[in-house]
Formats: sequence, C-alpha cells, structure tokens
Amino acid sequence: MSETKYTADHEWIRIEGDVATIGITDYAQSALGDVVFVDLPGVGRSFAAGEAIGEIESTKSVGELIVPAAGEVVEVNDEVAGDPTLVNSAAEGAGWLVKVRFTEEPELLDEAAYRELTA
Amino acid sequence: MTADAPQPASPLLHVHGEAGAQLIDFAGWQMPVRYGSDLAEHQAVRERAGLFDLSHMAELRVSGPDAGAFLDHALAGRISAIEPWQAKYSLLLAEHGGIVDDLIVYRVDESGAAPEYLVVANASNRHAVLDALSARVAGFDASVVDETEQTGLVAVQGPVAAAIVGAIGLESEPLEGLRYYRALPAVFEGEDVLVARTGYTGEDGFELYIAAHATESLWRAIVLAGEEHGLALCGLAARDTLRLEAGMPLYGNELSLDVLPAQVGLGRVVALKTKGDFVGRAAVEAGPADDAPVLVALTAEGRRAPRAGYPVLDDGRPVGRVTSGALSPTLGHPIAMALVEPASAGSDALTVDVRGTQLPATVAQLPFYKREA
Repeated sequence: MSETKYTADHEWIRIEGDVATIGITDYAQSALGDVVFVDLPGVGRSFAAGEAIGEIESTKSVGELIVPAAGEVVEVNDEVAGDPTLVNSAAEGAGWLVKVRFTEEPELLDEAAYRELTA
Repeated sequence: MTADAPQPASPLLHVHGEAGAQLIDFAGWQMPVRYGSDLAEHQAVRERAGLFDLSHMAELRVSGPDAGAFLDHALAGRISAIEPWQAKYSLLLAEHGGIVDDLIVYRVDESGAAPEYLVVANASNRHAVLDALSARVAGFDASVVDETEQTGLVAVQGPVAAAIVGAIGLESEPLEGLRYYRALPAVFEGEDVLVARTGYTGEDGFELYIAAHATESLWRAIVLAGEEHGLALCGLAARDTLRLEAGMPLYGNELSLDVLPAQVGLGRVVALKTKGDFVGRAAVEAGPADDAPVLVALTAEGRRAPRAGYPVLDDGRPVGRVTSGALSPTLGHPIAMALVEPASAGSDALTVDVRGTQLPATVAQLPFYKREA
C-alpha cells in the first residue's frame, strides 16, 4: 500500500505501480455537503495537467475533479456513480472516483502539507 | 461593516458549536449551514420536524398612533387592515417600484388604541429596511425601533411541529386554534414569546420570537420535546431547498431592486385598489416594460441541477438566467426558478446551460411541492 498524497485542489491520490487512484478528500466532501450527482469521464479519456475531468455536485454547489498531471483514465468507480453518497461516507476509501495512468510525474503534497493547507 | 461596529451574533452560536454545526457567514452572522446531512435535514422537515435558528433575521418594532397609516405608506400592502395577532406578507418598494425587501408584518397589540407591529425583514436587508422606514416615517406619529440583536427567532417546521411546540410548556391560548399566518402571545419561563404559525418551508410550523437572552433555554426545551418526534436540527442549506420546492422567492435570487412585483408573480401583494398613495405606487401602476423578464418555474429530468446564474436558452438563444435551482430532494429531479424574456415564458424549447451542457427544461407551475392538506 502506497502512501496517500494530496493536491491543492483537494484530491487524494494513491499511486500503486503505474496506476493512480483519485478521489476527493474528506475535507472537500465535508465542505460540499451531501453529494447528489457524480459525473465521471469515460475510460480511455486522456487529459492534460490541470484539466477538470469530472464533477461532484452537492445540493448546494459543484466541485470539480482536477487532475494534477497529464494522463489517461483506466477505470471509473461505477459504484459511486450509482450511489453518490459514498463520496460523503467514504471519501478517501470506497468513494474513490477514477483510476488513471499519468504520463508525467504529478507534483503532490504529503499529508502534513495538505493538513496545513486546510487548517 | 466598520471596525467599531461589532459583528452581530446569534444567541445560539455556542449551542451550534456544541451540536457540530458547519457555520457560514450570512449577512455578517455566523449561522449553521448544516449540522450533518442537509438532505436528512430537508427530509426531516417534510416527514417529521426540523428546528432552525433564524436569529439573524431583522425585527423592527413599529408603534404609535399612526403606525398603521405609516406602514400603508411605506409598504406595498394594506397593513392597517390586519387584525391584532394577524401576519401579512408584504414588500418594501423603492420609488421606481423595485423591491427593497420582502418581509412579514405581525400586528402585536390587543386593540386599536395603540397599534404596534413587528416587521420581520431579511438579515441581508436589515439596514436598507431600517433606513427606508426611518426616512418614510417623517410626518407620521410613529416610531421605528431596530430590535434585531435583542431578539432571538427559532422556527419549528414539519408535520409534527404542533405536537412539539405544544409540549414545551408555553403559557398561552391553545395552539390548536392558531391558524396559518396568525400569531399569539405566550410566556415561556417568564419571558414573552410571540408564537406565529408562519414559515418558509411549505410545511405546517411555527416561528417563535423571544428575548435574545432566553433563546437558548427555549431552543433546548424544543430539542428535548422533539426527541420522541424525530426532530432534526436544520441549517440554511435545508431551508433553501425547502423554500425552493415550496416555490417561495428568496431576496437576492428572485427578488431584487431590479424587478417589479408583477415580474415575479407578486402583483397580488401590492394593494393598488384598497389604499391610497404609497412609495412605489406610480411605478407599479405604470408596470414593467413589455420586454422585462418574468419569473418562470422550470423542471428537468436527470440529476444535474440548474444553479443560480446559469443561462436559460430558448431554441438556442439566450433569454434569461436561473435565479434558484437544485436537485429537488423530495421530488428527485431538478427544479429551478428563472427570469426569462416574457415571449419565452411558455416556450417548449427551453434549455438551461449547465456548464456547457444544454439541459432541456419544462415550464411548470409553482409550487413544485405542496403538502397534503
């Protein structure tokens, strides 16, 4: 199990081998409120660094899933598409959103740096 | 807000902290946006009951022999006609007919000898309303006193609200006899309470006005009485989706200085026929321009919510914008209110531009949700 890293856009990322699992942080889900709709990209979609590849809608607002580096989507979490409340109940676990293969090295924050950002 | 004017605070602020509320800044007040899940809070109000802190709302007391005549002049409704302990929804208009605020007026005296009214305005418009009333009172034997920060306001809303409010030990006439948009004076632990059968959720319910220092005790009594009824603490997020489903306008969204009452379906609130001159009358009589936008209700399919500010298109042409929108928690589909060109108000080719995607929208009737009688 690799270490969880974070982005300043409030995603968490776990890289295992050449695949990175991405979700939004517990802090982000708490700020959004009840998630009612998740719009995820198709498998095979390629993206550039900083691109928004998905949307997480709550009753009150919309959050974007922003990727920190270029790459390609290899898997999406169909379970969370069917039950968006997983993003609230298990943001950093079963509520993961996509798995991607980066074609460049993302710049990520470690947990201490992310905690400092959200303190 | 200047440095020497301290931020006002709800008398319940620390209670919300204990309850784990997430707070937001609302017109300078730190108020709960949600305690846990705003969907659960919304559902509790539809099915059981919810408790809201509304202490940020502005309470202005108007009294004096001319109080009724003054409010007839200052507001759009015929306030002098309301009976003691009756409530009335009204508007405060600018000279040009635009809406300065929407508000509720309660008549709070026993008889006509010394008429007294409580004017309850939106927190965000407290100073605009106070300034307007203070200016318009000139020439009338009446006074306007801002009691906002001395007053706590809590709302109990939902089908079992009456059972809960009836169990907190109020000394008053029986609540069963209290009709919608009526109020009655009561006493709670020695403190005066104004108990009003009013609300902003589309459910039966009560709004209780009490001295700020006694608000916490009242809140805790309601929480205790509500335990067996599944009462939920509710924040402003749930309040917003509840009022939207009930088709009630929100100042700053549907209502503003830029719209006349008739544009937003509030022509009936303006008493053109039953009273004389009042501020904004000439502009209301002249009416909005033929091409001035009108408020429409929209529904859509799917799970993507139209949100305030999103463009509305008619056959691909921009014709207006969404003023409020949400995925309706009760109905399960998107609902919205929008201001659109009058020619498009009945169009069957409307779409909402949801961040680049055209969401087909159907014109509907308000309210989206109506409770069973």
